Amino acid sequence: MKLPFLPNHDDASFFDFLTRHHPDLTPAGRSWTASTPAPVESPRAQGPVPIPLATTVLAIKYQEGVVIAGDRRATEGYQIAERRIEKVFKIDEYSAMAIAGAAGPCIEMAKLFQTELEHYEKLEGVQLSCEGKANKLAQMVKANLPMVFQGLVVMPLYVGYDLKRTEGRIFKYDLAGGRYEESDYHAIGSGGKDARNTMREHFRKGMAEQDALKLALLALYNAADEDVGTGGPDLVRGIYPTAKIVNATGITDVAEQQIRGIFDVVLATRHSKES
Amino acid sequence: MPLPYYVSPEQMMQDKAEYAKKGIAKGRSIIVMEYVDGILLAADNPSASLHKISEVYDNIAFAGAGKYSEFENLRKAGIRHADLKGFMYSREDVTARSLANGYSQSLGTIFSQELKPLEVEILVVQVGNNGHANEIYRISFDGSIIDEKNFAVIGGKSDAVQAVLKDKAATQVPNLKAALSLCVSALEQTSNQKLPPEGLEVAALDRTRDGRKFRRFSAFEIKQLLSA
Repeated sequence: MKLPFLPNHDDASFFDFLTRHHPDLTPAGRSWTASTPAPVESPRAQGPVPIPLATTVLAIKYQEGVVIAGDRRATEGYQIAERRIEKVFKIDEYSAMAIAGAAGPCIEMAKLFQTELEHYEKLEGVQLSCEGKANKLAQMVKANLPMVFQGLVVMPLYVGYDLKRTEGRIFKYDLAGGRYEESDYHAIGSGGKDARNTMREHFRKGMAEQDALKLALLALYNAADEDVGTGGPDLVRGIYPTAKIVNATGITDVAEQQIRGIFDVVLATRHSKES
Repeated sequence: MPLPYYVSPEQMMQDKAEYAKKGIAKGRSIIVMEYVDGILLAADNPSASLHKISEVYDNIAFAGAGKYSEFENLRKAGIRHADLKGFMYSREDVTARSLANGYSQSLGTIFSQELKPLEVEILVVQVGNNGHANEIYRISFDGSIIDEKNFAVIGGKSDAVQAVLKDKAATQVPNLKAALSLCVSALEQTSNQKLPPEGLEVAALDRTRDGRKFRRFSAFEIKQLLSA
């Protein structure tokens, strides 16, 4: 049946719908700088023009679910582009995504992924499975590959609560759309390695929620300590990393007050060691 | 060689309309009704999985009567339209008015140009928030669009249900419980049978909810609402 004034399409994927009918709206749809690959000038200034880059995000599994957190800094070369950027996104009731890479396309992909899952749920009457959501995101990352050659890297870290398996799950990706499940924790972005080092030392299976949250923030603090691209707690402006918790009851934001409280302890402990 | 028969346009439209009306009247009725916290949608629907009522966007819902395959297609097209608009602009820019307009255009064009009109009647409703009024649009098989107040009925013996509701409707806006029992009694009265909670499809656009306002009621919840 043709509906002359409403687009007709018989797939439940919003992303496929955009690709077919509105390619200009997809992340890889703007083919402006055509085939010239971006000259890489320095590790922190990619692309033909400096673009804001978002960095260090991480996820840790605990007994009942997953904690996902990220710092608040975006950099543009050696400049700070944004001090309070939000890198952890609620995707639906049971999943969240954190991003590292070119800030603009990253935020766009998060928004597109949110729409994608909601669209599927409304058309089909049921939610995608946790695995299905992770796979869909892999396809979207893969579709972004042409933009990667132009310097617009989008790296997601996806966490979801699997209602069938009754456990939290963490998925990481590579630029070609490879999807890998992590069993315990993971961190990506410029300070990802430093954050992973911290988590490796302190992670235990079946941690309590509070301990996992503390570890997540400690790992971000250490990453900010070592990596210029990662922002630590900004005590003057009152800007702190953000975190979300995904478990059987759904997704919840961790209150800023609670995060501030944890950082107060971390800073006091550090201070007593240094002096 | 036989000449093709001449049929006057009036006759052709009348035939098409009669055909569509017959198809729509075969089904069962759906009622939407405003209540204090939003809009209630109730349908006489024995199937638990083939829905007649659906979420379209944050504060917009859809109900379709008539031929399932046809209104299901319209429903999907509407969700695509809404999600695209929300993605392109912002979530608050998705309105029932623009959606109803699109449906009206489509149905109208199909009615006049295609051999077979769509045997559907649909409702597009939007719950008002922050002092804005609710919007209820009823769109017929020929694309005619009617802006309804308080309640609207489509499908089956819609005229009879409408008459019952008009008689019983209270002067003030009912609460959820009262609205549901009013809808159910009107559906039962016109279909001359008792409708069990499992035979009802009930959903609401509840403005007290955060984000997406649409929610379905389980058979258990319907039973509870109707019992006390």
